[in-house]
Amino acid sequence: MDAQRLIYMANQIAAFFTAYPEQEAVAATENHLRQFWDPRMRAQLAACLGEGGGAGKDEGGGAGKELSAIAHAAVLRLAADKAAGAPAPGA
Amino acid sequence: MAALLDCDMGTPARPGTAGVTLEIDGMAVTVPQGTSLMRAAALAGVKVPKLCATDSLEAFGSCRLCLVEIEGRRGTPASCTTPAEPGMKVSTQTDKLAKLRRGVMELYISDHPLDCLTCAANGDCELQDMAGAVGLRDVRYGYAGENHLGQAKDESNPYFTFDPSKCILCSRCVRACEETQGTFALTIDGRGFGSKIAAGMNENFLSSECVSCGACVQACPTATLIEKNVVEMGQPEREVLTTCAYCGVGCTFVAELQGDRVVRMTPHKDGKANRGHSCVKGRFAWGYATHKDRVTKPMIRASIADPWREVSWEEAIGHAASEFRRIQGKYGRGAVGGITSSRCTNEETYLVQKLVRAAFGNNNTDTCARVCHSPTGYGLKTAFGTSAGTQDFDSVMQADLVLVIGANPTDAHPVFASRMKRRLREGARLIVADPRRIDLVRMPHVEAAHHLQLLPGTNVALIDAMAHVIATESLIDEDFVAERCETADFQSWRAFVSKPENSPEAMERITGVPAAEVRAAARLYATAGNAAIYYGLGVTEHSQGTTMVMGMANLAMATGNLGRPGVGVNPLRGQNNVQGACDMGSFPHEFTGYRHVSDGPVRAMFEAAWGVALDAEPGLRIPNMFDAALDGSFKGLYVQGEDIAQSDPNIKHVSAALAAMECVVVQDLFLNETAAYAHVFLPGASFLEKDGTFTNAERRISRVRRAVKPLSGLADWEATMALSNALGYPMHYNHPSEIMDEIARLTPGFAGVSYDLLDRAGSVQWPCNDKAPEGTPVMHIGGFARGKGRFMITQYVPTDERTGPRFPLLLTTGRILSQYNVGAQSRRTDNVVWHEEDVLEIHPHDAENRGIRDGDRVALVSRVGDTTLPARITDRVQPGVVYTTFHHPETGANVITTEYSDWATNCPEYKVTAVEVRATNRLSNWQAENSEFRRRAARIAPAAE
Repeated sequence: MDAQRLIYMANQIAAFFTAYPEQEAVAATENHLRQFWDPRMRAQLAACLGEGGGAGKDEGGGAGKELSAIAHAAVLRLAADKAAGAPAPGA
Repeated sequence: MAALLDCDMGTPARPGTAGVTLEIDGMAVTVPQGTSLMRAAALAGVKVPKLCATDSLEAFGSCRLCLVEIEGRRGTPASCTTPAEPGMKVSTQTDKLAKLRRGVMELYISDHPLDCLTCAANGDCELQDMAGAVGLRDVRYGYAGENHLGQAKDESNPYFTFDPSKCILCSRCVRACEETQGTFALTIDGRGFGSKIAAGMNENFLSSECVSCGACVQACPTATLIEKNVVEMGQPEREVLTTCAYCGVGCTFVAELQGDRVVRMTPHKDGKANRGHSCVKGRFAWGYATHKDRVTKPMIRASIADPWREVSWEEAIGHAASEFRRIQGKYGRGAVGGITSSRCTNEETYLVQKLVRAAFGNNNTDTCARVCHSPTGYGLKTAFGTSAGTQDFDSVMQADLVLVIGANPTDAHPVFASRMKRRLREGARLIVADPRRIDLVRMPHVEAAHHLQLLPGTNVALIDAMAHVIATESLIDEDFVAERCETADFQSWRAFVSKPENSPEAMERITGVPAAEVRAAARLYATAGNAAIYYGLGVTEHSQGTTMVMGMANLAMATGNLGRPGVGVNPLRGQNNVQGACDMGSFPHEFTGYRHVSDGPVRAMFEAAWGVALDAEPGLRIPNMFDAALDGSFKGLYVQGEDIAQSDPNIKHVSAALAAMECVVVQDLFLNETAAYAHVFLPGASFLEKDGTFTNAERRISRVRRAVKPLSGLADWEATMALSNALGYPMHYNHPSEIMDEIARLTPGFAGVSYDLLDRAGSVQWPCNDKAPEGTPVMHIGGFARGKGRFMITQYVPTDERTGPRFPLLLTTGRILSQYNVGAQSRRTDNVVWHEEDVLEIHPHDAENRGIRDGDRVALVSRVGDTTLPARITDRVQPGVVYTTFHHPETGANVITTEYSDWATNCPEYKVTAVEVRATNRLSNWQAENSEFRRRAARIAPAAE
């Protein structure tokens, strides 16, 4: 799937949680990705980290070609899970 | 006239318990305070003759037929306007009354056509009945005097006739238009003998303000206002109680038939969602069910470039199953999925998601709520713990303040709007937050205290500004919050909204709404008493749709406006079964009852019940399916009842995705836009042809009952079952009631639901289980479903869809009264007389700047596409904003809208698209090409000799 669209959507999620403390925002973004994104989308997003998508500079809305800092941190946590993340229980 | 199922008690019921005991014709009866003698008599089993009275309207006392005598009192009062009092002894039949009634009837009949045998109302005429009831045998005055006979009929309305010659001036139609519908289109014009019923300013019905709801026809006791179908076909001879298949109000209707032909649909008085009322769609626009465009035979084709070939059900189902399995074998288990429509029944959507999860073996199931109210589910579940509105519709009658945000109830939910208007006429205050000046802002006897005419895309800025006022002006219900809500989350929210950057003054430059207006509206909401929020897609269809739902939930919690009648946060669902489709586990991440697929015990329960291992990972949502199709990882789709190629945003993107798939199966009534990209067509069944249930916006589960047999031979649930069986996953149900029984076994909130209960109770609102065996009209009484209510921080994040030099205007889209969504149903009815094509509303300033005159064809261009349509110049829209509907595929409004979507749910941002408008004299290239493509795609090969 289109990497830019995945990055954009991840940044949108992160932008909502930006109003929360950073660690809480990162955890909430990661949890949202696990609960609502199909594994192939999560895997492709995680793959963006190695393709220049993970600069983690943009803190704005969904705009930007790079992952925002919060989205970047969330995706790093996803990528750390070799299975691209087993979803957390509950919705 | 009313259906036989509806017994007329003469005057409306009064609330309260029975407290007044009196005697009617020697029989004791006990009734609530304020009950009329006429109704008390009816409750005692005594029919008092009447003409101007009907129990849907307040008593009027004009016909003088319902006179009674009361022991110890002088005169013969009208029973309809005389309230019952303790100890009264009432006689309804005496010689004196009989003589008076015959005299009254003589006068009526002396000026009435004596054509009963050929009259369309023969057998269903209250005047005829009353002549019989009073024993009228002759008319002393003769018929030669001056009269009203022979007047021209008004045939302008496509559905009903107005014959003034048969009018008895009972005023029931006028009162129905006022009390029931709230439009005030009818009046008694003139005085004395010259009195007559007039529509509008003495116009014909079609040209007047009449909205064709049918309330006047329903109320008319004679053939004066009568359905053209009855005139043409005669009286119906059997009735089937069912539920409307249009909007989320979910009106209960009586389908009245002759054999297997529907004569008319009449609203059921005991319908708990509609209370005997209807709108032009449900009442009249059901002719699509037998439209010549219906496709009733299964069809297949190898390529979308080929013409269709009619085949047997077995061949079509077998081909579809074989293709899905081939695709999964080649591209993987996750390469196929299914989409249902909110027009389908609960049982149908449940079966499709079961097929996807159990037979396909993945969670790529979604429903069209994705593109309308998915943010409601996410937002309300986060705040309250339940993905549903908090109230029943009756609740509005106890509201002191109604806040309508991003909804246009008089067009999109007209029957509920009529109840809301009734409450507003009783004195409740109104705030409207909408970029357009919708009708509710100012209409007869209704005027909003505040119209917050914000710019599209700035809802969250507005709700944060209102919250700022409530938080900083000590308007918070501290006791409610302390008892009912999470403290830490509330404190974070309070600190956030109290920041100066969230003040109305700071937000004014974003929303365009004067700060003083926002402050006044917020104060009114917080202090009016019972404050109720009603909202629609103007909230959800934004990149911050979910944030806004949470923002409204915050506002309601902060002011204690939850957990009792008259308050709440109430989504007005677009389609008839949006709530139900969501409840039924249609979303890719959750089973029925909103339980996540990763929840081990829940998944184990479904695995045990279904006898198959289930995927613990969420599947693709509708927009993700399109992206994956273009990426090559998604190749097969089963679409039941949804027209994604017209209703979803950026049609070119959707079309490319569909064209990239190898097997698209469309199950529908018609060869819709999506069918142009399909390889298998399974003919669908209309709501008149099947059994099932719909769940409306107030969580009310109502029965859909089969009135006629399926034109294609199979109901939709039977076709899905056949497909599943062909895929190798067996499904066996004898009736949809068995599907509901399975849903009840697997879903705690539905545990008490059964067809037996629905037949007994009429309808029921979930949760319905041991704790609430008769259902739950108002939720969160005494505590939230999640325990404590959760405040969320709702920071305003502007959409990335911005205006600029190339696209300086903002387009917002919606629907109108006479048409319904993609129009597949309503376009195939006479409703086209009100809306034969989509038009673009544009402000006079914007039109003048572009040299556009009213009615000119204009090009509407966004960064993703362009179309053309006629312009309508109006100041209903503000400068800089244009508006259109998406009812007609020839226009293709969604070729303009973009893929921007809600951050949480991917609900498309239909309400904000940057566009330019310019005059043109030709169709757009897309329109021309699409027209030809549609024509070719709909070809059906001649049957082999």
